Amino acid sequence: MLMKGNEVIGEAAIRAGCRYFFGYPITPQTELAEYLAKKMPKVGGLCLQAESEVAAINMVLGCNASGERAFTSSSSPGVSLKSEGISYIIGSDLPCVIVNVQRGGPGLGGIQPAQSDYLQATKALGHGDQHFIVLAPAYVQEIATLMGEAFDLADIYRTPVMLLADGALGQMMEPVDFEAKKQRTLPEKTWAACGHGNKREHNVVNSLYISPEVLEQTVLARFERYKLIEEKEVMYDGYMTEDADICIVSYGITARIAKTAVKAAREKGIKAGLFRPITLWPYPKKQLSALADKVKKFLVVEMNMGQMVDDVKVATDCRRPVEFFGRTGGIIPTPDEILAKIEEMNGGAD
Amino acid sequence: MSNILLAGFGGQGILFAGKQIVLAGMKLGKNVSWLPSYGPEMRGGTCNCSVIVEDEPIGSPLVTKPDILLAFNTPSFDKFESKVVKGGMLFVDSSLVSKKSERDDIKAYYIPATELADENGLPGMANVIMLGFIVKKTGLFDEEFFKESLNSGIPASKAHLAAANHKALEIGFGYEC
Repeated sequence: MLMKGNEVIGEAAIRAGCRYFFGYPITPQTELAEYLAKKMPKVGGLCLQAESEVAAINMVLGCNASGERAFTSSSSPGVSLKSEGISYIIGSDLPCVIVNVQRGGPGLGGIQPAQSDYLQATKALGHGDQHFIVLAPAYVQEIATLMGEAFDLADIYRTPVMLLADGALGQMMEPVDFEAKKQRTLPEKTWAACGHGNKREHNVVNSLYISPEVLEQTVLARFERYKLIEEKEVMYDGYMTEDADICIVSYGITARIAKTAVKAAREKGIKAGLFRPITLWPYPKKQLSALADKVKKFLVVEMNMGQMVDDVKVATDCRRPVEFFGRTGGIIPTPDEILAKIEEMNGGAD
Repeated sequence: MSNILLAGFGGQGILFAGKQIVLAGMKLGKNVSWLPSYGPEMRGGTCNCSVIVEDEPIGSPLVTKPDILLAFNTPSFDKFESKVVKGGMLFVDSSLVSKKSERDDIKAYYIPATELADENGLPGMANVIMLGFIVKKTGLFDEEFFKESLNSGIPASKAHLAAANHKALEIGFGYEC
């Protein structure tokens, strides 16, 4: 099936059993809401255009609190608006899926593809001690599998999961197979605030804890879950890293462009490779650290000003030089530009 | 196999034409990708579409150095003609673009697709005529196969245009220049 990335997000959500979408339109992800507006009623679901991003994320909070799968989607400026709600969802230990089809920033920025929300997504989208899982697809096919994974991971760990895409992935069409996702065993939602005919105590979904001792305990318990996520849910991909001297570290759409550059470098006799984090949080620290034993230099390639560079330095204990190449503001780097940087790092072009 | 760039005005069916190439490639089991320019695009504004049909997995979906360029207006010709790779192919709708390429390292074809469409009672189908022409000249796909593929690519709401699409395709297949 040939589909647009944005539509695949919607279809994968429906196939994951999600029946509730709350959003507010913004380029370049609006086709997603358009798709769901058509499809959700046909499967007995609801696609609602809220009055604002803030309203949409709070509707998602309420819907997930009742135990239903619900998600929201936006692009960069809209995701910033959702940040308060996302922190509340974390504080309430609710599962939730958030899609960010990134565009250039800061401010209203532009509408072309970017990856300049990396730090926002992986470090501190909302206030408080918090993390959430961030998945970065590089292919339309991967959107289909990761979107399904996002709902499962959210339910298993009672945490928001963000699908961090970009305008190009959202807009492009590629063949997609929705059957590729592996099945997971999901826990029962015993905590859900839903009807029970007075057969049990009321469940309360809340993020307010006035007593610091109690609040600290909730945070510590959550960080125990984060530890589990870091142990069990790291995803990454590698290409020709085995004998690489120069290893590119890149994610999402940029990683596939970098892959083309790696192939071109290999043809020129330069031993280049590519390491692609698929989970941006949890970050594949151990795997990168192991690579640092083998490669001579790292090159981070992103569509931003180098937001992932520090993560690579920390993961590798700065044992190897980490250089950066990127374009920002909505410009997609070309394989040639990346290749030129690889050649420069290799001691200049022939 | 091919990096193809289709460029012209919004409303000329650039994105549709690109999608037909991708659909046909997918049916042959090739790796394919389709990436439109998007944003403040509108009828009459500029519009382009990167299409890749390859045996290998596709890296960058953005076509910056096309093997095949379809130029449906003068701004597109001006912007992309120099980007065509050596040995590549350039297809120009000569009804709308009066310029000729001065390069001798590419093959350039000029087809008055818009006039052919209008003369044959197929207004708005210059894109499909062009598709027929490039399919024949590039040998990307078998003609009959592509016709069948186009059939399945027409949305249900446009099913009544199937015969017109076939006619347009045949004109493209048959055009000599």
